[in-house]
Amino acid sequence: MSKFVKSSLIGAGVALGLALSPVALAAKTLVFCSEGSPEGFNPSLYTAGTTFDASSRQVYNRLVEFERGTTVIGPALAESWDVSEDGLEYTFHLRKGVKFHTTDNFTPTRDMNADDVVWSFMRQFDENHPYHKVSGGSYEYFNGMSMPDLLKDVEKVDDYTVKFLLNRPEAPMIANLGMDFASIMSAEYAAKMQEAGTPEKVDLEPVGTGPFQVVAYQKDAVIRFKAHPDYWGGKAPLDNLVFAITPDPSVRYQKLKAGECHVMPYPNPADIEAMRSDPDVNLLEQEGLNVGYLAYNSQMAPFDNAKVRKALNMAINKDAIIEAVFQGAGKVAKNPIPPTIWSYNDATQDDPYDPEAAKAMLAEAGVSDLKTNIWAMPVQRPYNPNARRMAELIQADWAAVGVTADIVSYEWGEYLERSKATDRDGAVLLGWTGDNGDPDNFLAVLLGCDGVGGSNRAQWCHQPFEDLIQKAKVVSDRDERTKLYQEAQLVFKEQAPWATIAHSVVYKPVRPEVVDFRIDPFGGHVFYGVDLKE
Amino acid sequence: MFRFIITRLGLVIPTFVGITLLTFAMIRLVPGDPIELLAGERGVSPERHAELRAAYGLDKPMLEQYWIYAKGILSGDLGKSIVTRQPVIDEFFTLFPATVELSFCAMLFAVMVGLPVGVLAAVKRGSVFDHTVMGTALTGYSMPIFWWGLLLIILFSGILGWTPVSGRISLLYYFEPVTGFMLVDSLLSGQDGAFSSAVSHLVLPTIVLGTIPLAVIARQTRSAMLEVLGEDYVRTARAKGLSPLRVIGIHALRNALIPVITVIGLQVGVLFAGAVLTETIFSWPGIGKWLIDSISRRDYPSVQGGILLIATTVILVNLLVDLVYGLVNPRIRHRR
Repeated sequence: MSKFVKSSLIGAGVALGLALSPVALAAKTLVFCSEGSPEGFNPSLYTAGTTFDASSRQVYNRLVEFERGTTVIGPALAESWDVSEDGLEYTFHLRKGVKFHTTDNFTPTRDMNADDVVWSFMRQFDENHPYHKVSGGSYEYFNGMSMPDLLKDVEKVDDYTVKFLLNRPEAPMIANLGMDFASIMSAEYAAKMQEAGTPEKVDLEPVGTGPFQVVAYQKDAVIRFKAHPDYWGGKAPLDNLVFAITPDPSVRYQKLKAGECHVMPYPNPADIEAMRSDPDVNLLEQEGLNVGYLAYNSQMAPFDNAKVRKALNMAINKDAIIEAVFQGAGKVAKNPIPPTIWSYNDATQDDPYDPEAAKAMLAEAGVSDLKTNIWAMPVQRPYNPNARRMAELIQADWAAVGVTADIVSYEWGEYLERSKATDRDGAVLLGWTGDNGDPDNFLAVLLGCDGVGGSNRAQWCHQPFEDLIQKAKVVSDRDERTKLYQEAQLVFKEQAPWATIAHSVVYKPVRPEVVDFRIDPFGGHVFYGVDLKE
Repeated sequence: MFRFIITRLGLVIPTFVGITLLTFAMIRLVPGDPIELLAGERGVSPERHAELRAAYGLDKPMLEQYWIYAKGILSGDLGKSIVTRQPVIDEFFTLFPATVELSFCAMLFAVMVGLPVGVLAAVKRGSVFDHTVMGTALTGYSMPIFWWGLLLIILFSGILGWTPVSGRISLLYYFEPVTGFMLVDSLLSGQDGAFSSAVSHLVLPTIVLGTIPLAVIARQTRSAMLEVLGEDYVRTARAKGLSPLRVIGIHALRNALIPVITVIGLQVGVLFAGAVLTETIFSWPGIGKWLIDSISRRDYPSVQGGILLIATTVILVNLLVDLVYGLVNPRIRHRR
């Protein structure tokens, strides 16, 4: 990758040397103090947000995309689409005149067309595709979203029409196609690299249709982008975009203050107060697309009794958790989906914090001297900044109603694996960050019957709930789906397979000269549309 | 001398084999599965999990895995990273020059300051200067690196604005790496101000990484000097009327240096260990940060390969120190 350099930039670097302020590199250069190096530049091969920031969110486009700063999906490389009556055929009408990037080793001879779309999906779908095994060939998001089972075929109808054939109707299909793994790559570039005997270059030296193109990358140091001059949506207001890789959050803050970068991700919770009063920082905030929960094992007595689960929920003081664990940067969760997702049911009544009533309910259920475990994750996650502390608070709350709980923890990989067991002892602290803004991505993945023994940590398979979410999966009408999901949330609340703990608040410190940076609900960083004051 | 070199070289081979075994076994003994960690909360199905384990060769018996690894080493192939799927050796050597550059500067700083301070403290034994130096050295030795680095950044970059916060060079400059050493590359680039920018970026990390070796060297020099200053030949030299500078600089220091050289050799390992934290604080694109990331992701090939290469470097440096030591001190090389 180090050889992947544009000589023109060397000249530009000399010219830029005349600038006085560190961030005033060129007329419009925005510096983003990113948190780490991308795993590579092909978003279909990897799963980390850091990789998506450096690839799909700047360099590539998808058929459909989320409007910046929202979970609303809209047209992108596809101008429009039709869904057949039976929900098994999706026909996309592609945008014309979309140009791929011109780089050192590739000059496109044609515009983006149906061949590129078919290539991008068939590489992941078809095991005999010449590119399927290139760069390790594992497509975890494609697999994770059940695309291999769902897709029957992806066909080119004509140069600007592509048809997706499905094995079963799937309402979240469009939202899935807005995800990073569904980025459209150049089939022409791939063919050229294969001919040259260097197919893996497609994944390391990206050529996309996106608003920015990669100019140079130095691992753990810097990624340099420049605006794509022929971008179909109009050239980005920024001329250059630089990712200065800065792993430590306190150092990122110092760099932001010193003007060495304009935008920083993931601030230290302890620095938030100082940032609020800092004249060099404009602190943006938004509720995250996530949920942190405590999942009971609903297959093990006495947690197979909804009354017991409900009573334990009522014994937890969630406000105290928000204060102590999130230091205020969180909101109490009452539903298993965050409020930023459509179909969020605001009419749900949360279990009130009432230790006395909880005690009485446990007695009614015939439970006394209950001993159990609380599993605390060993890592910090957006939906739970300190699981150990959270577990301690819950432990104390439960002790007050006569329940003795021990806190257990394992190494992160072990934790994820062991917590899947259906005969697991105790309640597990975990959470989820949304992938595509569809309620199905929370409710079916985390609480559906298919997830038992896997991502459904409550091991909860409740037929009335399952019927609702399965029906919502095949209905394409948004209003009807909303109703089904809202009802499902009520069933969930009544059955209480989890204690819903919190949705975190995401903070994004930017410098005052940054114009129109919007927090991405999916946790990404999108710089198209962002500008800098002169 | 030839026999001495052969003996020393002979010891390197079993050490090397030991390291390959140790790194291979240790990373596998640490609980955690690379595939589970890659998948995170999303998880993978048991079938997919098995497929991926097979793809990375993790389903093979341990002995066979080790054999594949060992065979790879002999042909210069350390495998591919599970995370980035790039050859480990390429990733290592992209990042290694940054660590070497920083470690070299830190060691230079530690020696240039530590030696004279240690000598002076010994000569002025019991004085306020001596007590101050030894007190400061003890503090430096026990300083938490992370805290020390952040403190310096807040003071010199934040409040005073004298040095840049982090990185290797200002983003104003861009050139293709030639040697990987920023000081050299910035000079070669011919761009105005690039070299001074590289130097200014090196100042704080050098001080932070050099602090512990500096403290050790200063203390070691002082005690070695004190021992030597009490020797008969020093008293004789003084009695002969030689200037104090000559007595201390030539007669005493020369002999006191022998243990100090050993300590410097041993500090190379300490530097690599310290680089892990220093590199994280100063966003320094070296192998320390890379190795920690690899360990936390259970990226077996990167951890095995990375530690093997670092250990090789430390072995070679210590071999060099041993040889220099033998050269300086004939008693060592003639010992049977």
